Amino acid sequence: MLEATDLGCVRGDRRLFSDVNFRLSPGSLFQVQGPNGSGKTSLLRLICGLLAPAEGHIRWQGANICSLGEDYFTSLSYIGHRNGLKEELTPTENLRVTSGLAGSQLSQQEASSILGKTGLSGREHLPARLLSEGQRRRTALARLLTCRTPLWVLDEVLTSLDSSAIRLVRSLIEEHLNRGGIAVIATHHELDLSTDSFQRLDLAL
Amino acid sequence: MFRWIVLRDLTLAWKGRVDVLSTLFFFLIAVSLFPLGIGPETNLLRLVAPGVVWVAALLASMLALGRLFANDYQDGTLEQLLLTPQPLYLVVLGKVLALWLVSGVPLALLSPVLGIQFGLSGKALLVMAVSLLLGTPVLALVGSIGAALTLGLRGGGLLISILVLPLYVPVLIFGAAAVDASMVGSGVQGSLSLLGALLALSLVFAPWATAAALRISLE
Amino acid sequence: MARINWYKYASPTNFYPFAEKMIPWFAFPAAVLFIVGLYVGFFVAPSDFQQGDAYRIIFIHVPAAWMGMLLYVLMAIYAAIGWAFNARLSSMMASAISITGAMFTFLSLVTGSLWGKPTWGTWWVWDARLTSTLILLFLYIGFISLQASIDDPRRADRAGAVLAIVGVINVPIIYFSVQWWNTLHQGATIRLLGKPTMAPPMLAAMLIMLAACWLYSIAVVLVRLRYIIIEREQNAARAAEVSV
Repeated sequence: MLEATDLGCVRGDRRLFSDVNFRLSPGSLFQVQGPNGSGKTSLLRLICGLLAPAEGHIRWQGANICSLGEDYFTSLSYIGHRNGLKEELTPTENLRVTSGLAGSQLSQQEASSILGKTGLSGREHLPARLLSEGQRRRTALARLLTCRTPLWVLDEVLTSLDSSAIRLVRSLIEEHLNRGGIAVIATHHELDLSTDSFQRLDLAL
Repeated sequence: MFRWIVLRDLTLAWKGRVDVLSTLFFFLIAVSLFPLGIGPETNLLRLVAPGVVWVAALLASMLALGRLFANDYQDGTLEQLLLTPQPLYLVVLGKVLALWLVSGVPLALLSPVLGIQFGLSGKALLVMAVSLLLGTPVLALVGSIGAALTLGLRGGGLLISILVLPLYVPVLIFGAAAVDASMVGSGVQGSLSLLGALLALSLVFAPWATAAALRISLE
Repeated sequence: MARINWYKYASPTNFYPFAEKMIPWFAFPAAVLFIVGLYVGFFVAPSDFQQGDAYRIIFIHVPAAWMGMLLYVLMAIYAAIGWAFNARLSSMMASAISITGAMFTFLSLVTGSLWGKPTWGTWWVWDARLTSTLILLFLYIGFISLQASIDDPRRADRAGAVLAIVGVINVPIIYFSVQWWNTLHQGATIRLLGKPTMAPPMLAAMLIMLAACWLYSIAVVLVRLRYIIIEREQNAARAAEVSV
């Protein structure tokens, strides 16, 4: 259960939004929309705890995320604008390092099979800098499958993806929601997902 | 988990080993320039050697700080590191340890070669290497605070030197004093144990301050 | 007695007119005390039997050196409070203090070297106190340049706080190390004063000058604080306009 009350955000000297409230139970999808500069990314970073809210609270399973600290991060996966990949490392290495840091060791085979699911078979051993933008995005998406965290926060995750990759993202999210996960997604695209509980937030400038 | 962060940074350092080597070459060249500026008189060179080597080590360690967080900041992996389910303190400590292994340790190992150029005795060479082994981790730890504070700022490289060099003063004093003492034959234990005390203190405080600075810089 | 709501003044907008009213109450006494202190220092206090009249610069030098150190600690405290309790005014106070502190530190270096010329025969001596004051000036410069190169005022406040706290932990270590370094290289040490047996008028002049420096610092910090408040409010207003 992810819950926000009277959330407000100020960046620099500018107020981005205030009085944002939502309540997401397991299995719900939350889409954040709005023009550039309306604070979509800031809201997502607030949810991740990377940004401290100017007002209001965010609660995860009833506890304020500020007081949860590192424990909160065991249940969270975040994919931001930047893919968070090391250019010098191969997708397999990238994946193994991230999951190692998250506390679950991943063998070479496991990493390869996960990368296979996101459509990177045959590319697992190329340095990430040789991959196309879409392929890097797919590598970043593979991260979601390693830890199986209950809360996904995805920022503009559909950009620079071809139609097969968009289908892949949809199926990943659908599967995640069916398992009782929560997904927070900032995107301009229509998601067209079949889900029982769907909320949308429109941020204005 | 701590192992992963150290291994990750060591692997990355290995893949970008040109950067690592250029820090060492900087150290080598900077120290070798001094005799050209001062003159080749052995007694004079021996007198200034501890200070020269230590100042060059200070500058080289400071240059190496650029690698600590800047690349991770640019490609978004630093954000991911902040979201790993372990204390940020340990992440910072792991990264600093990796940095020290590829910059501080080679520096200390190289220093006797430079000391020979300056006509230092065997004992002084040994003390110089030991003092650098004790002092360079302090430089890396304290420097990491500056590196975290200046992330993504214009003129970050120059700014970091203004922030960090004044804080390096005690390390420079105790480090150079140890080598000095070994040359005149008085005890080196005093300055070396002071360096050790600085190391202990910075191990406790610096990663904490760096973690706080990282959170501020990534907001 | 009317209860004063102190929290009201913790908001920059409310503090702004309050500061305006307070400034003359510090500025005028500061000016008066400067005049009195300088008069006592230059005309009442007797000549020193060793240094003649050259010593009289200590009436500026010593208070300036004290202020330089005290203000650094004060700056760190304000910055830390601003960071810990998200108190904007406190952070602005730290930024306002930094410039005055750097100015006093610089002044104490300049007066120290002016004093050094007739006393030691040289403009600069690597004396423990002068050296550590020089490093203190570098610490101020670091704080000021860090804040100047960050555009987001919130980040500037908090980054400055981390640096100031690290600096304040380091200041005693630096002082100790410089002292230690100085005793190691005995050659450069020259005792500043023999045992400071000060004649009463000397002590009086020193204390008056110290009080004047305090009052001056408060007045100037308040003035600077008002400029910082205006600047930030204007930036905020401009940002709000753009977003409408």
